Amino acid sequence: MAQIFHRSTNTISRVSLFSAIFLAALALTVAAAVARSPYATNQNVPQEQPVQFSHKHHVGDDGIDCRYCHTSVETSAVAGIPPTKTCMNCHSILFADSPYLEPVRESYRTGKSIEWSRVHRLADFVYFNHSIHVNKGVGCSSCHGQVNQMPLVWQASSLQMKWCLECHRHPERVLRPRDQIFNMDWKAPPNQIEQGLKLAKDYKIRAEWDLTSCSTCHR
Amino acid sequence: MDCSKHNKREGHPAAGQPLDLHAARERLRHTTGKTYWRSLEELSLDPQFTELLHREFPRQASEWPEADAVGRRDFLKLMAASLALGGLSAGCARKPSETIVPYVRTPEGMTLGKALYFATAMPLGASAIGLLVESHEGRPTKIEGNPDHPGSLGATDVFAQAAVLELYDPDRSQVLTHLGDIRAWSSFLAEARVVVEALKSTKGARFRVLTGSVISPTLGDQLQSLLAQFPDARWHQWEPAGSDGAREGARLAFGRYVNTIYRVDKADVIVSLDADFLASGPGGIRYAREFARRRRPDVPGGMNRLYVAEPTPSVTGASADHRLAVRASEVSELAEWIHSQLTSGRLSDTGKNSGSEEKNRWASAVAHDLQKYRGKSLVIAGEHQPAAVHAMAHAINQSLANVGATVLYTEPVEAGPTNQLESLRELTNDMKAGNVELLLILGGNPVYDAPADFQFAELLKNVRTRIHLALFEDETSQLCHWHIPEAHFLESWSDTRAYDGTASVIQPLIAPLYHGKTAHEVLGAFSDQPSRTSYEIVREYWKSRAGGSDFEKPWRKSLHDGVIAGTAFAPLHVAAKVASSSRAIGSAAQARSGGAPWEVVFRPDPAIYDGRFANNGWLQETPKPVTKLTWDNAAIVSPASAQKMGLQQRVAATGGEHGQTLSEVIELDVNGSKVTAAAWILPGQAEATVTLHLGYGRWRPGRVGIQKGFNAYAVRASSGLWSASGAALRKTGARYPLACTQAHYNMESGRNLIRGTTLAEFHKDPKFGDEDAPPKSLSLYKEYQYAGYAWGMAIDLNACIGCNSCVVACQSENNIPVVGKEQVMRGREMHWIRIDRYFEGDIDTPATYFQPVPCMQCENAPCEEVCPVGATVHSAEGLNDMVYNRCIGTRYCSNNCPYKVRRFNFLRFADWETPSLKLLRNPEVTVRSRGVMEKCTYCVQRINAGRMEAEKQNREIRDGEIVTACQASCPTEAIIFGNANDPHSRVAKLKAQPRNYALLADLNTRPRTTYLAAVRNPNPELETPEKR
Repeated sequence: MAQIFHRSTNTISRVSLFSAIFLAALALTVAAAVARSPYATNQNVPQEQPVQFSHKHHVGDDGIDCRYCHTSVETSAVAGIPPTKTCMNCHSILFADSPYLEPVRESYRTGKSIEWSRVHRLADFVYFNHSIHVNKGVGCSSCHGQVNQMPLVWQASSLQMKWCLECHRHPERVLRPRDQIFNMDWKAPPNQIEQGLKLAKDYKIRAEWDLTSCSTCHR
Repeated sequence: MDCSKHNKREGHPAAGQPLDLHAARERLRHTTGKTYWRSLEELSLDPQFTELLHREFPRQASEWPEADAVGRRDFLKLMAASLALGGLSAGCARKPSETIVPYVRTPEGMTLGKALYFATAMPLGASAIGLLVESHEGRPTKIEGNPDHPGSLGATDVFAQAAVLELYDPDRSQVLTHLGDIRAWSSFLAEARVVVEALKSTKGARFRVLTGSVISPTLGDQLQSLLAQFPDARWHQWEPAGSDGAREGARLAFGRYVNTIYRVDKADVIVSLDADFLASGPGGIRYAREFARRRRPDVPGGMNRLYVAEPTPSVTGASADHRLAVRASEVSELAEWIHSQLTSGRLSDTGKNSGSEEKNRWASAVAHDLQKYRGKSLVIAGEHQPAAVHAMAHAINQSLANVGATVLYTEPVEAGPTNQLESLRELTNDMKAGNVELLLILGGNPVYDAPADFQFAELLKNVRTRIHLALFEDETSQLCHWHIPEAHFLESWSDTRAYDGTASVIQPLIAPLYHGKTAHEVLGAFSDQPSRTSYEIVREYWKSRAGGSDFEKPWRKSLHDGVIAGTAFAPLHVAAKVASSSRAIGSAAQARSGGAPWEVVFRPDPAIYDGRFANNGWLQETPKPVTKLTWDNAAIVSPASAQKMGLQQRVAATGGEHGQTLSEVIELDVNGSKVTAAAWILPGQAEATVTLHLGYGRWRPGRVGIQKGFNAYAVRASSGLWSASGAALRKTGARYPLACTQAHYNMESGRNLIRGTTLAEFHKDPKFGDEDAPPKSLSLYKEYQYAGYAWGMAIDLNACIGCNSCVVACQSENNIPVVGKEQVMRGREMHWIRIDRYFEGDIDTPATYFQPVPCMQCENAPCEEVCPVGATVHSAEGLNDMVYNRCIGTRYCSNNCPYKVRRFNFLRFADWETPSLKLLRNPEVTVRSRGVMEKCTYCVQRINAGRMEAEKQNREIRDGEIVTACQASCPTEAIIFGNANDPHSRVAKLKAQPRNYALLADLNTRPRTTYLAAVRNPNPELETPEKR
């Protein structure tokens, strides 16, 4: 009886079987990689803004404290995007005629807000609170990166739940003394874990189960 | 299936077995000891009802509504398509880009992300309660009571809780119109100028103003100066749910109008003559608080005792130690017996002759008890009782030396107290005679709610110019030339008075959303200064009162505090004329119906009041305290009357409609005017009495309230405003589905879920309610250790009066959606806290108990173990956290919950589209979507906020610092929340009380929510051995 299938069919079937598995695995890996990549998370992607505002200049060169603009960071859930009035405190005198600042002056004149592009966006079911973090020894740069070196601000961290949980499970890795919270250039000392554990105790940071309970962030 | 075949024959596919009242009676007769039962259906042991008990959701509860039915094939097609599309979009989705829009200049005192609280007040009827309103970046979202306000003491009623929804109601009237054309406010002002000039020549002879009860001192002052300007003009008042009886009763007894204030906390014995003083009427919230404080069995001064005689079960009647179901017309008789017993020591002749044995015994026991507690007792006449009963109550209180101790009299709270029925009659007579040329209607809806025999709508057409100020374009607006959108009280400057005269300034939380105007501004248009704002008008009034040089400081203080210091009325010294009271009651007795077959009783609806809240979904969906009906009113009859008439109701248990009860439609003929209504059989209703709740059957309420219930005003005549005799009832043979929640979410247990006893028994065995939970070692699961806080709740069944305030407060705080009548009939209502009603005793005169059931937050939670995706997880502080974004909607958790407190979003119930409703949401709580399970979280957003504040200050959370929404709104402090790990916390102390018991403790779920068993304080004289 003649063979129905050619010899090569054996090879073809083996290759296609293996490659199907391989392809499926590849597809999953790619999907996972994409989901974690800056493409999906916007990590490290500088955001264009309606005004060419440079944190590098204002924080790095001029040495303005974070709280001059982000006034509610120590008391409220949100750090607060400053009102136009805050810009005009200085810019009614400094660079008062600069064409770069026209959108700011226009906003102040017309009473219409400047629409800034959002850099850090959490899902709506996440209830993050700035004030408790800065009060408990988590510095600005721990999450936001060294903003003093960013001409246009980008999101320095992935803001994914895995990233949140890293700290909530091991806060000692990032805790710093309260007087260093707003120091953009703070670097973890060599004995960070040891110091972090001491700070966690001093600042009464709650136990891991407390910090990782779902309702800590979701409600 | 047997029953479905049976039902098909009957022609009602969803209907269950008819209710067998006879079987229910039999069953009760053969039980011994205390029996608590939830509903008549349960008692009659309907097999379908029993099946319901065993299932979390009724069969086919998850079916799609028939209207947009989707077959299996279509469903599969849709699913395949959405999966494919979902797969496409999931991989390619990027975070949407958003903008941040900061202020140009931040308003003073505002911290972004932090709520601000402003004091204001909500007027309703003849008194107001003070409020603290939570505001997020300028939008009011949640209403709390103002602890500094005497009428609130920090608590609220359902109406105040639901006021924010009314504010954002998209159906509110949004433009000023003249003959249907949109006009500007300025053109109305110009028109008013012309009218005023014309009026001046006639001294306003044909000018009439119609208002509700006016408790705003400023508005009262404005009206007086208007009358001074136009001496021949008239000011009429009509409040459909007002109390002429109380006003005229005071005039009968004292010869003048006075305001009566009760000191419920000072009373050892309280007798309510058809008075629902705990839940309605001026001071209700305060009275409930004072009543409940004296309700703890260990309270200093001893537990109080409450007698209630009433025709239809009310919240107050449910809390009574002795409740007597009497017909409304017999209350005056009862009052007279009590009075004659007290004065002469024996029953008067009328009493001897006509009274039944039970009533006589009741009256004499009450009289003995009152006598025993002279100066420490209190007799309260009901708002809806005639003047004679009020006069008699005044006389009894005086003869018992209660005046000055438990009863105080003050100047009237209203700016112009009057007999409103006569006032409206005068107006309609004038309209009939063509004497009215200009009618200014400031609020209210007389076309809908005036007595039927006045034919207000007809006569209104005789008026040449009609101007109507209202929140909605309602039935009255339709017949008026000018319609002016009213500013909601949360958008207005005004002022008002509490039950004791304490004045508050109403300050706006938000600028009027639709350029609404206040009554001050509309009335101002007819004065010499037509363009003054309400702020100027109110401020100037109080400035003229203050007289002193420094007005700014006290004015700001009163805005901050929510009360104007020193404005409570001083007690008046007045003496009741007993003779005239007796005469009045004598004539009332003569007018009494001589054995009329049916008596009709009218009541404001416990959810939508006189109809003004008909478009408020929160209130419509709130199960009414005693009947547990939603979205409808019904003609309430007693079980015995129903048996006589052969009335039936069927609970549907299959077809996904187990919450639907098919009631028989009856036709009521009240002295010639007719209405058809669904009948509802309610244990505790007086014999041959049918109760109709007002406020339904409106034809222009807005899209929520349209075509709901039947219009009781259609048969409400001026001769019988609150009760009418000589009604006839006729079965029509039709059936009507009612959405009753009593059969929903039933728990099953061999043990009593409600535990109660008498005070005497309690002293013998304080731990009567305690049931030993199984040992902890019995559990297979690992035991949690709670090192920090352990949140817990104690609910005092003795204090809970079932007023529903917590239900609406929870809805407001937690963004809980409204589902509508259709969905309630499928058992899909979303309330996180439900109030179960239980009856105890026989069918005709049962005692009533209420049990609020939120999530129990079990330590051994059955829900947590069955979730396949970890969407409900135990927190370190013992909460059963619900993670919406993980939930895939298996509903296993709900199926495994013995308390049935979990709620599932079968459809996308939350309104994500309507712009104004977006402003309403609490930004601290996720708005849930379709296919997600939800439940009570113990207000975890409040716990987190409180914890963060404490941690920022480096201290422990103080007891009482975190208050759940239900607890905050509770008038009776029945709900106490706190840290059960702290032995000094209130909740831990309550849980240590002998009355404490857990629901279904034998299941070893170790619930964090526990209950304090109910203790009633019956009079031994009325306790009969064969009854218990």
